[in-house]
Amino acid sequence: MRFDTVIIGGGLAGLTAGLSLQKAGRSCAIVSTGQNALHFFSGTFESIEEVPERMAGLFSEAGVRLHYQNGVRLMPLGSFRPAALALDDVDIFPQPAFSRKALIVSIAGYQDFFPAFLAEGLEKQGTQCRIHLLQLPEMAQLMQSPSEMRSVQIARTMDRVWEKIVREIRLLLKDEDTVILPQVFGLQDTTVPGRIRESIPARVVFSGTLPPSVPGIRTQQQLKRRYEVLGGNYLSGDEVIQAHVHEGIVHSVVTRNLDSHYLEADHFILASGAYFSKGLRSNPTRIFEPVFDLDVEAAEDRNAWYDADFAAGQPYMQFGVRTDSALRALRQGEAFKNLYAIGSVLGATRPEFGSGAGLAIRSAFAATDQILQSSQK
Amino acid sequence: MKMQENTYSKHNFEECMKCTVCTVYCPVLQVNPLYPGPKQAGPDGERLRLKDPFFFNYALKYCMNCKRCEVACPSGVNVADLIQAARIKYDHSAPKLRDRILASTDLMGSLARPFAPIVNGVTRLGVTKTVLDATLQIDAHRSFPKYSGRSFEAWLRRHEKEQATFPEQVAYFHGCYVNYNYPQLGKDLVKVLNALGVGVQLLDKEKCCGIAMITNGMSQQATRHAEHNTAQLRKAVGRGLRIVSTSSTCTLTLREEYPNLLGVDNADIRDSLTMATRFIYEKLEKGATLRFRPDFHKRIAYHTPCHLERLGWGIFSEKLLRMIPGVEFTLLDSACCGIAGTYGFKKENYTASQAIGEPLFQQIRSVNPDVVACDCETCKWQIEMSSGYPVANPVSILAEALEV
Ligand SMILES: Cc1cc2nc3c(=O)[nH]c(=O)nc-3n(C[C@H](O)[C@H](O)[C@H](O)COP(=O)(O)OP(=O)(O)OC[C@H]3O[C@@H](n4cnc5c(N)ncnc54)[C@H](O)[C@@H]3O)c2cc1C
Ligand code: SF4
Ligand code: SF4
Repeated sequence: MRFDTVIIGGGLAGLTAGLSLQKAGRSCAIVSTGQNALHFFSGTFESIEEVPERMAGLFSEAGVRLHYQNGVRLMPLGSFRPAALALDDVDIFPQPAFSRKALIVSIAGYQDFFPAFLAEGLEKQGTQCRIHLLQLPEMAQLMQSPSEMRSVQIARTMDRVWEKIVREIRLLLKDEDTVILPQVFGLQDTTVPGRIRESIPARVVFSGTLPPSVPGIRTQQQLKRRYEVLGGNYLSGDEVIQAHVHEGIVHSVVTRNLDSHYLEADHFILASGAYFSKGLRSNPTRIFEPVFDLDVEAAEDRNAWYDADFAAGQPYMQFGVRTDSALRALRQGEAFKNLYAIGSVLGATRPEFGSGAGLAIRSAFAATDQILQSSQK
Repeated sequence: MKMQENTYSKHNFEECMKCTVCTVYCPVLQVNPLYPGPKQAGPDGERLRLKDPFFFNYALKYCMNCKRCEVACPSGVNVADLIQAARIKYDHSAPKLRDRILASTDLMGSLARPFAPIVNGVTRLGVTKTVLDATLQIDAHRSFPKYSGRSFEAWLRRHEKEQATFPEQVAYFHGCYVNYNYPQLGKDLVKVLNALGVGVQLLDKEKCCGIAMITNGMSQQATRHAEHNTAQLRKAVGRGLRIVSTSSTCTLTLREEYPNLLGVDNADIRDSLTMATRFIYEKLEKGATLRFRPDFHKRIAYHTPCHLERLGWGIFSEKLLRMIPGVEFTLLDSACCGIAGTYGFKKENYTASQAIGEPLFQQIRSVNPDVVACDCETCKWQIEMSSGYPVANPVSILAEALEV
């Protein structure tokens, strides 16, 4: 089967590239082994200091609404981190002391959200906190399997019962200026967080939970749906296992499910993520990129891969595949003519593109720009 | 540094990194609180079961074997295989009569077919449904698939000579559904393949692929079917034939479940068995052509059945349908319809089964297509019953659109 571009990996980087190429009329196939880092996404886009207009456009067409404000975001355990761009149901505050008095509301039995830690963190900022656990009969069902009282399961119930929760919170609310709720609203119906905000007479803040991330999964579904509406093909659960290369040009790739049916294209994009997604792998002697065996920038000595202090910045997080100035991937020092590497498979080898989501999006645009400049066959 | 020399991890269970992604995509977990979910039932439970079979949890029977957890897992853990393999290994309770009846699709078919009008009439009757509900716990809301008066095998045998005249030949694994319930799909396939210059043969003797036996605790019978069918496929391959199927579940079972769950090795013939849609697409890609009716017009919404999603071959059905002039194509969000073979027929699963499918039915209603396309026979029953829209196999749609 032939495409204009085949994209290996369907996370934030791969989807951003796929969306912009499909939108420009190029036919794409995204092959993605499994789900991706968006399932752990906090809702704030790392290393983006201004809103790239192209990104805002592409995302809003997919129904993903963003907002921009320089400040800090509240972490699940009550600390704060700088942030600038976020999904519209994720708050950014000018400073950590954003509230005088807060009511933290959670759901009895829910173990992946920590009101006490949040309260401790906020109290350090001078915010007085009160915690309330809602007893919901609708949860009794889920409680039968306590290991599954997870964010996404709860979110499915919340889409149905949020109005009832709003009524309870209105009764509970005394003189608090802020209500803090877990991020378990709006998984299917994206209007729910906004409607909750409108119906509670205090500032409503949705705070992060342990993964899986409800706003992240919603974003993944919206981007993927839009990509498919634009005519893109998304091959879920399939894996690129081999490539056919001749004189520095990738001609086709082989996937586990399509075996002898190769995917051919004029351009290829490697958006296979880092270790979590197996875009980068390691064995006792080296760190490598499994599909093309690209050059990887990494310390030779295994002991220099990690820092024994668990909390320290880990050196292996910096490692990534090598590319030329146009993001074309290198193997034995030679750049492939039609293979671009984008997103977290780059590690920190291209600091000018930022890190995290910023890296995924900027590098995706840079690679698609190259492809769009080439004539369409 | 001391390293472990060999790691052997059946169904890749050691690869699990506890990320919980699979739990997001399990349709059963969303509606049935008794089900522990893929992570717990799969890799987490396996760790315990390997220590002591005492930890086997009978709630694993609620798994529909839809494989959506496997498609979602970023680490390549074969979660559903782990669960089904555990059921085979540890669950020695005898299957209920009801489950044995539901699982014996070919036996039921050969018994019922000669009396098709009577059987169809009887199973349609409210009173029969109530009796089935009360005695066998087959949910009264379900319509039984109708039995056809003449089997597909009998029909194709009558056309054997004519089929032999085509320059290229394939064997067709038709499955129970085409043989007993809906021979028209088989005839549609013959029409399309003939238009491509390909004649269709039967296998010497095929048996039910056995998937319903696997999921209903009858793995020994399933293994016998697997050995029989694999030998039959091998014979066909020996005659230089490829084998096509119009059912995504039969194909997945013959290719993947036989070696992975039943230990029946098929490595030598696995690649010779393919979905008809893939076969047709590849012929067209190599230059064959089909002539379509100029007046054909249909709004088609395509539903990717779970097992086709796992095979990763939905793209062939999609590309074929999009190729037909006059087709307005919508790809439905990939989601389970809730039937999962015999699962939805059981009284205890009926509510869950309908709740699982509801988002899909809603999307179909909002798209309001002329027809829903889908490569799975049990999805067809479920979607037709629950959404009210007609469902057709992509091969049947191709056949209808052909200019002959
Ligand atoms: C747990 C976690 C939380 C994070 N949270 C944030 C956050 O809150 N904010 C932020 O800005 N950044 C965050 N990041 C950083 C994150 O890496 C980026 O934001 C971004 O989502 C990475 O996108 P990606 O597309 O490059 O890779 P990924 O999202 O990792 O996607 C790669 C995809 O490629 C697939 N793949 C790999 N190999 C193959 C193959 N051979 N064939 C086919 N498919 C293949 C994988 O299965 C995967 O689906 C987080 C990262 C992790 C791991
Ligand atoms: S089986 Fe896969 S998806 Fe599920 S928890 Fe383990 S690694 Fe994650
Ligand atoms: S096979 Fe389907 S029902 Fe079974 S655990 Fe996986 S996702 Fe759930």
